Amino acid sequence: MSQSHSFDKSYLEDGTGFKSWFFTHDHKRLGVMYLWAIGIFFILAAIASFLIRFEHLTPGQTIVDAQTYNVLFTLHGAVMVFLFIVPGVAASFGNFLIPLMIGARDVIFPKLNLYSFWVYCAGAIIFLIALAAPADTGWTFYTPYSIDTGANVILVTFGVFVLGFSSILTGINFIVSIHKLRAPGLTWDRLPLFCWAAYATSLLQVLATPVVGITLLLLIGERYFGLGFFDPAKGGDPVLFQHFFWFYSHPAVYIMILPAMGIISEVIPVFSRKPIFGYKAIAYSSLAIALISFLVWGHHMFVSGQSKLINIIFSVITFAVAVPTAIKVFNWLWTMYKGSIELSAAMLYSLAFIFLFTIGGLTGLFLGALAADVHLHDTYFVVAHMHYVMIGGTVFGLFSAIHFWYPKMWGKMFDEFKAKIAFVLIFIGFNIVFFPQFILGTLGMPRRYFNYSPEFATLHQISTYGTWILGIGFIIMLYALLRPISNKAEANPYKSASLEWAMPSPPPTLNFEKIPTLTASTYDYGTKLEQEA
Amino acid sequence: MVNSNTYKQYFNIWLLLMFLTVITVGAAQFDFGSLNIPIAMLIASIKAGVVALHFMHLKYEDGMTWIFATYPIFLLFLLIAFSATDIFTRVVN
Ligand code: HEM
Ligand SMILES: [Cu+2]
Repeated sequence: MSQSHSFDKSYLEDGTGFKSWFFTHDHKRLGVMYLWAIGIFFILAAIASFLIRFEHLTPGQTIVDAQTYNVLFTLHGAVMVFLFIVPGVAASFGNFLIPLMIGARDVIFPKLNLYSFWVYCAGAIIFLIALAAPADTGWTFYTPYSIDTGANVILVTFGVFVLGFSSILTGINFIVSIHKLRAPGLTWDRLPLFCWAAYATSLLQVLATPVVGITLLLLIGERYFGLGFFDPAKGGDPVLFQHFFWFYSHPAVYIMILPAMGIISEVIPVFSRKPIFGYKAIAYSSLAIALISFLVWGHHMFVSGQSKLINIIFSVITFAVAVPTAIKVFNWLWTMYKGSIELSAAMLYSLAFIFLFTIGGLTGLFLGALAADVHLHDTYFVVAHMHYVMIGGTVFGLFSAIHFWYPKMWGKMFDEFKAKIAFVLIFIGFNIVFFPQFILGTLGMPRRYFNYSPEFATLHQISTYGTWILGIGFIIMLYALLRPISNKAEANPYKSASLEWAMPSPPPTLNFEKIPTLTASTYDYGTKLEQEA
Repeated sequence: MVNSNTYKQYFNIWLLLMFLTVITVGAAQFDFGSLNIPIAMLIASIKAGVVALHFMHLKYEDGMTWIFATYPIFLLFLLIAFSATDIFTRVVN
């Protein structure tokens, strides 16, 4: 690739055809491909969820039998978690944005980056093959059921194992890039908050993922060879599986949410026209989350038969993990205070994030309280909690990013009005689906049950109707995004001060003709960035 | 960087690892009761440490690399400590 060539063409025009994409080293192209991939799996798993909700329209059988229902919720959960939300924002927008934001021409190991993508594809293919003989364990693969069930658990768990490598390698790439490739003047205390969040996420990916990999290998060994790690008859312990699983999977919920928090920290100041409030607090709270999130996994196991002492310890620490999260929320609110707020589609998703994620986080605290969780565990309350944080949080954050960086990514403009209509439907639909589930849960409706008693019917029905509104919202959003109203985007339509906006939209393949030198924080609105050779 | 001197050093480290392997095998011939596992783990950890320090060049790296290299050990400790706290304080009825 010749130097001059790579600056007068945008990365989208620099080569066409399958090979120019599938063998690219360009972080932007990889980010875009991840975005398409996670988008497709999101739609696939969403279809499964619509079927699940349709099944619950009436008690007893509505459209599928009990075993199919079990397969559907496993499919939904496993695909959403391992193919959509864990790689999710980090792999797509992390790849696209980190080099742009730190003033680099690519990530530090571009080939490794491509390799991560291939590994992701391999994991995805294994998942798709597994559809032929799907598992029925739920995305958590708990023993002893996952060892005893006649369904095929091995293929899916092996797929998760493979996907783990993609996660680890991407994490290493981002960590080293942020350490080594920051442009002159881009000190740690000027690093954009999205990069801080991606950095913390990467730490979690590198440190936690190996544990779930080994755990799932043990599970496979247990099924094939009867190793006995999780089998009491052989001196093993089924609860040990839960310890290992959640040692990864609690940090994993922060792998899901941290990059979205990073997005909110970028979008809010731009559309409030104010510097971010409490930069350091937000940056360090990401690190704090990365550290503390390793200490609370037992809150998923309060009724597993785990000892009373450890229950109390985990409950107490769980309350600590909410502190850095709350710090972020307060700082975002304060950033907006007396700002000149513009309600663009991207901003609306970010505002909804704050609102919905706060509900999700607070209900997490209810669940972290030992006595309440004994009642609420494995009910729809937990289902509602996780969807408020994962959809209300991560997915709304992702949508905010898709709208916000749309001009930069595609060099086009979408129709704000249509996008806002979609937002309203998605916001309303989402709440209609999941708010009733909090009530269902407190009334005692268990999760992952095919059948339910008639007194739960009304709330279940409301929840199912909500999915239809939500679905229409998604379709309108897609329509608005896939049919841009202008094929020409300005370099910086939202007047952001961050580096990625200081180049044409879409960016040239090698990003910066001259590596910029920073003299001020990228949140100082009104201060011009100085670009020198 | 790589000269005959470092090769010589690598060779010595290799000898040391071989020697520790002999000790591992030797120790396995005796029954130390409940100490069997700790002893085997101790020898294995020394070997891993030597590999990390010399073959993986940790010895020549800065503080940041040391933090990255040792933090996972701390996490492993947490994983074991919390799980063990559960297992040893559980009331089975
Ligand atoms: C303020 C922070 C949070 C606290 C205190 C918290 C607390 C909890 C607790 C105690 C449970 C276990 C409930 C039970 O099974 O009985 C739980 C479940 C869950 N949480 Fe959170 N949570 C928080 C944030 C998050 C975030 C940010 C995410 C993801 C983005 C998340 C995703 C989940 C998921 C997926 C489950 C259900 C796992 C399963 O399938 O069993 N949580 N949470
Ligand atoms: Cu958790």
